[in-house]
Amino acid sequence: MIKVEGLTKKYAGITAVKDLNFTVEKGEIVGFLGPNGAGKSTTMRILSCYLSATSGTARVAGFDVASQSREVRSRVGYMPENVALYPEMRVQEYLEYRAALKGVRGRRNRQRVNAVKELCNLREVDQKLIGALSKGYRQRVGLADALLHDPDLLILDEPTIGLDPNQIRQVRQLIKDLGKRHTILLSTHILSEVEMTCSRVLIIDRGRIAASDTPEALAGRVRTAGGIRAEIRAGAGDLEKALAELPGVRKAEVEEMPDGWQGCVLRTDAEHDPREAVARLAAARGWALRELGREQVNLERVFAEITQSEELR
Amino acid sequence: MNFFTLLNREIRAYFLSPVAWVVLFFFLLLTGFNFYAGVAALNRGPSEVTVVEAFFNTVFFWFGFVLIFPLITMRLFSEEYKMGTIEPLMTAPVRDSQVVLAKYGGALFFYIVLWLPSLLYFVVFTRVTRLEAAGAAGPFLGAYFMLLLIGMFYLAVGCLASALTRNQIVAAIMSFTVITLFFFTGLLNFFLLNVTPALRELTAYFSALEHMSEASRGFFDSRPVVFYLSLTVFVLFLTFHVFQSRRWRN
Repeated sequence: MIKVEGLTKKYAGITAVKDLNFTVEKGEIVGFLGPNGAGKSTTMRILSCYLSATSGTARVAGFDVASQSREVRSRVGYMPENVALYPEMRVQEYLEYRAALKGVRGRRNRQRVNAVKELCNLREVDQKLIGALSKGYRQRVGLADALLHDPDLLILDEPTIGLDPNQIRQVRQLIKDLGKRHTILLSTHILSEVEMTCSRVLIIDRGRIAASDTPEALAGRVRTAGGIRAEIRAGAGDLEKALAELPGVRKAEVEEMPDGWQGCVLRTDAEHDPREAVARLAAARGWALRELGREQVNLERVFAEITQSEELR
Repeated sequence: MNFFTLLNREIRAYFLSPVAWVVLFFFLLLTGFNFYAGVAALNRGPSEVTVVEAFFNTVFFWFGFVLIFPLITMRLFSEEYKMGTIEPLMTAPVRDSQVVLAKYGGALFFYIVLWLPSLLYFVVFTRVTRLEAAGAAGPFLGAYFMLLLIGMFYLAVGCLASALTRNQIVAAIMSFTVITLFFFTGLLNFFLLNVTPALRELTAYFSALEHMSEASRGFFDSRPVVFYLSLTVFVLFLTFHVFQSRRWRN
């Protein structure tokens, strides 16, 4: 469905996307992950024919985005990161207008507008001015817009940003349902979103593809990257050395805490969970142990680890 | 088909925004005053000019005239750039040329609507005074035809300015400057010391003041027709290319 080869985009001196190569097969739901400024939005904008690439090619459904742009656009439903709408139009009016622009006219226009209103729960606001809608509703109007012409490929740039938790759950479910009939490329920062909705994950970093994997495999890497956190009071002793010698621990960092305890962070191999060993060690040496668990990781750091550390690849 | 969908939205956008109504209101106020002033001047004594001629050749008319174009056109592209609505617009399967022409067409439609009420002035004048407002059909038609021609060109200039920037004020200033320069070229003769006949001839060719004054006296000259039509096409062509270049510039 998507075939990107050697795609490069430069903005006034900055290279946003550098020699990007990837493919997306028909029927896949692919999550596009990466830190801010990694080139996700740029890539999506090129695929939806909003921007031209500096070099390289991209094909959508067999059509070239540069030379057959209108063929591509009539097959792609694109939802931009910041959903921009005409505030003076009513929701109904806007959707009818957008459908007509996309070549959905006459009786089918009404059918499709009704269908997407139903899908995106917009029925109760269809006579409201768009300018008076909350962020969540605007986001849904943007999604409804992308669906109007029943496109083969949906490109969604951070579709759940700015939504409340209930709406996020609804939109995720909606994306999952849409994935049964459409190919979807969606970008996000939220790891759990990817785990819940996507069949494959592309990680992009500084304009390049850093990894392409299933969400399960990615989750494994994340846990490794996160490591184990423990708080121990060992007094004067060889805490750091003892922890580092445990099986599966690659690296142990110990830090003095203000209240006399020591905070420890253990980096481990993917297949090892040394929490039990840590507890035994503390018991055997008579150290006090008050906290032991997996470290909470944020996605930005995971990206950093995945894209910087060779061992994790 | 897409062109009419787009044109429809452009026209609606005008009448759904308060700016259009404010422009319409104050423009009517100004032309109304201008008309009153014209009639009052003619009341002072015998004169060689008709009401139509007086109406289209006063300072009030000039200033109102050059001001409306930036106001009508400044939002066309700039607003879409600024709000980001250009992104959904251009990721729909529409041609760049359709968008440019629809925006231009919307502006032209609003411009025509702006002038329609002024027709009433002359109808009322004829009814009340039982005198011919223009003396004959020629000056009347000529004046409105010239209004349309000049308007077409200035609206194209406004389109180009708006396509160049995301800032509406900047667009307005650019188009206002260019339009003012074009419109008042004829006044150059008053400021330059040595006006040769050749220069006078040249400025007359460019001078909208001259064109308007001739047309409202019933003279038909094909030179301004060619002049304005060709410039309109040229400026719209530039607008199209500027608009297309956004894909690379961004």
